[in-house]
Amino acid sequence: MSLSSPASPTDHADSQSDQQSQEYLWTLNFGPQHPATHTTLRIVLKLDGERVVDALPDIGYLHSGFEKIGEHLDYDQYVTVTDRMNYISPISNNVAWHHAVESLVGIEIPPRCVYLRTIICELARISDHLLCNGAVGLDTGAFTFFLYGFYQREKIYDIFESLCGARFTNSYTRVGGVSHDITPVTIEMIREFCRNFPKTLRDMENLLNRNRIFVDRTRGVGVLTKEEAINRSCTGPIARASGVTVDLRKDQPYLAYNDLDFKVCCATEGDSFARYLVRMAEMWESLRLVEQALENLPSGPVNVGMDDRAHKPDKTMVYSTIEGAISHFELVMSNRGAEVPCEEIYAATEAPNGELGFYLVGDGSNRAYRARCRPPSFIHFAAFPHLIRGHTLSDVVAVLGSLNIIAAELDR
Amino acid sequence: MPVTTAIESIIRRVDGVTTDAYKAQHRMTAPVDSIHEVLAMLHGDYGFDLLVDVTCVDYLNYRDADHRFGLVYVLSNTDNNARLIVRTYVDDPEPTVPSVTDLWKGADWMEREVWDMFGVRFADHADLRRILLPDEFAAHPLRKDYPLQGRGERHNFPVLTRDHE
Amino acid sequence: MAIELPENVVISKLDELASWGRKNSLWPMPFATACCGIELMATGASRHDLARFGAEVFRFTPRQCDLMIVAGRVVMKMLPVLQRIWQQMHEPKWCISMGACASTGGVFDTYSVVQGIDRFIPVDMYVPGCPPRPEQLIQAIIDLQDKIQAEGTVSGREFNTSRRQEPKRALLELPVLQNTPPRV
Repeated sequence: MSLSSPASPTDHADSQSDQQSQEYLWTLNFGPQHPATHTTLRIVLKLDGERVVDALPDIGYLHSGFEKIGEHLDYDQYVTVTDRMNYISPISNNVAWHHAVESLVGIEIPPRCVYLRTIICELARISDHLLCNGAVGLDTGAFTFFLYGFYQREKIYDIFESLCGARFTNSYTRVGGVSHDITPVTIEMIREFCRNFPKTLRDMENLLNRNRIFVDRTRGVGVLTKEEAINRSCTGPIARASGVTVDLRKDQPYLAYNDLDFKVCCATEGDSFARYLVRMAEMWESLRLVEQALENLPSGPVNVGMDDRAHKPDKTMVYSTIEGAISHFELVMSNRGAEVPCEEIYAATEAPNGELGFYLVGDGSNRAYRARCRPPSFIHFAAFPHLIRGHTLSDVVAVLGSLNIIAAELDR
Repeated sequence: MPVTTAIESIIRRVDGVTTDAYKAQHRMTAPVDSIHEVLAMLHGDYGFDLLVDVTCVDYLNYRDADHRFGLVYVLSNTDNNARLIVRTYVDDPEPTVPSVTDLWKGADWMEREVWDMFGVRFADHADLRRILLPDEFAAHPLRKDYPLQGRGERHNFPVLTRDHE
Repeated sequence: MAIELPENVVISKLDELASWGRKNSLWPMPFATACCGIELMATGASRHDLARFGAEVFRFTPRQCDLMIVAGRVVMKMLPVLQRIWQQMHEPKWCISMGACASTGGVFDTYSVVQGIDRFIPVDMYVPGCPPRPEQLIQAIIDLQDKIQAEGTVSGREFNTSRRQEPKRALLELPVLQNTPPRV
C-alpha cells in the first residue's frame, strides 16, 4: 500500500498554457502524522512557492466501522461507541444518540433528566470550544492560551468524574434517562466552576482577542461566504460565523432550551478570526445556560418509570421489590423491553461542532437496523479545499484549526 | 405549513411521488427516475437550500422490503426551519442514482461515502472514488452480507520485528 | 586495601550509566490517533505534568525521538504509516501501546481496525484503559524507565534477543474465531 497522492480530476484539466507555471508547482504531503492535523487526516497540497494552489484531502485513516457496529449492539450498548466519535465533548454525542432513540421509540423523559442533560450538554460545549480555540492558539504559537484552556477542561473533567465516574468517555445517558443521578456534591462543583470560569475566560480573551500576531494570522484567512456555507451544508459555529443564523437549539428546540434564555452568537465575516470569536462568545452563553438550568433544576425522578420498560430500574428496587427484579430480568435477559417500531427517523441536536444527527432505522428488536451518524466534521472538511485556495502554507494550520475537524467523527 | 404545501404541489407536478409522516417528520418517496427533478424543484422553487445528509439503507434482511437499497436525502429550509426527508429506492445489480452535486456542493463527499460503503453509483458525479477505505479495498462493508469482522483485510500486512528487516 | 573515594566520584558500569541517561530523557513521539490522544495531551498539560519525568520534548519527528506512544486505534489504512514511522526512529527505541484499542483493538472488533499493534510492531509496554487515566500513562513511563534500567546496555544488545521474535500466543488468531459464522 503506497502513500502516493490520490488521483485528482484537476490533473487532466491542465492546458498547454499552464505548462510554464506547472514547472514551479510542488507537492507537499501534510499528514497523516502531523502535530497540527489533530490526529489522522492527510492533505496533499499543491504549492506554488508558499501559496496553495490546490488541496486534496485524503481521509479514512481512522475509519473504524462505527455504523456497522451500530447494527450489532443494542441501544444502551452503542452509547459507549458514540463517546468515541467526537471525543472532545463525548457527552453531547451520548445525548444526541439517546435523543434519537427516544424519538424513535416515543419515550418522554422526566423534567429532571431534561434539565440535567441540558447542563451537561452545555458543559461539554464549553469543553469543546476551549479545546478547539486552544488548539488554534497552540498551532499559531500561543502555548499559554492552550494551557489555560486545558486547565479549565480538567475542572470540567472533575465535574464529569464526580457525576458518573469517568473523565471523558462517559457513556452517561441511557434510554429513558441517565445512568446516575446528580448529587449535591456535583452541584456544588458546577456552581464553583461557574464562579471561577469567567475570570479565566476573560484572561484568555485578553491574551488573544487583540493580539497582533494572532489577528494577523487569522483575519481574512479562510473566508466562507454565507451562500457557500449553506450550499456546502455547513452548520454550527462555522455557519454562524458566516452569517447563517441557524441554531437547532432555537429552531427545533429539544431538551430544556425552550425554557431557558440565551442568545445565538453570529458573525458576518466568515474568516478564521470570526469563527474563533463566535466560539468564545458561545462559551459565555453556555455559562449562562448552565447557571440558569442549575437554578431551575426540578426535583423528581431522573429516569422513566418501570412501566415504560425502557430503563433498567434502580438497584435498590431490583434487590428489594419483586417488580424491580422482574423488570430488570426482562430488560436484560429476555429483551422484552419497549416495543421499537419498524420506522425510520432522523433526529439532530446542536453539538458543539455543528448539527449532529442520527438517522435510525428500527426493526422491532432492541438493536438498530441502521444507525447512521451525520458527522459535522466530515461535511466541514469537504469545504476545506475551497477555503484554503490562494492562501499560504502557514494559513493551512490556522484554517484547519478553526474548522475543528475531529478525525474520529470525520472517519467514523 | 410550508412543508405540506411543497409536498402537495410536487405530488401534483411529478408522477409516482408518495408521502407519509412519522411523528411530525414529513417524508416523500420518489421513483429513482424523477428524484433529481424532485430535488431540483425543492432546491429551486421551495427554498430547501440546506442539504443536511445523504445516506443509504440496505434492506436485505428487513421484513416487507421491496427494494434493496433506499437512498435518503434530508433537506432543510434555513428561512422557515422546515425539514423534509426524501427517499428513493434502487436495486441490485448496479444500483445507480443521479447525483445532486450540481444542486448542493456539500453532496460531493456524502455521495462518495455512500459509494464507498454501499456500492451505489452516482451518475454525473465528477470524482466518484473511495473516501474512507483504502483504494484497494474490494468490498462495500456496510452491505448486510459483509461480516462485521471483515474478511481478513485488516491483518494482511508485513510484521516488523526488532531484528533488522 | 580500601581506597577512599571523595564524595564527588561515582563508580558504575557503563551499561547502567547509559541506561540511566536514556531512561531519564525519553523523548516521546506521540502517535496520537483518537481519544487516547486527548489523554496524552492532558498528561503533557499542566495538571499531570509529563515533563517531570524527562519527557518534556514532544517532538513530532521520528528522527529525534526514542519513545513512540501509540495512543488510539490504528486502522488498516494507517498501519503502513505507523510502520514507516517506526522504521524511521533510531535505535534505541521503545514503544508504548496506550489504551485498549492500540493493545488489542478495544471496543472495535471490526473490518478495519487492527486488533493490536503488537501484531505488526514490537511493543514494550501496554497501558490498559479506555482511555487510560493520565496517572496510568505516567505509571507506564515509570515502569518503562525501570525496564530500561534493568535491561539496558550501551550497545543495544537487549534488542536482538531471538526469544523476542517468537510469536506470542496472543498474537495468533485463535481458531475459535475463524470458525464463528459471520453475524449479519
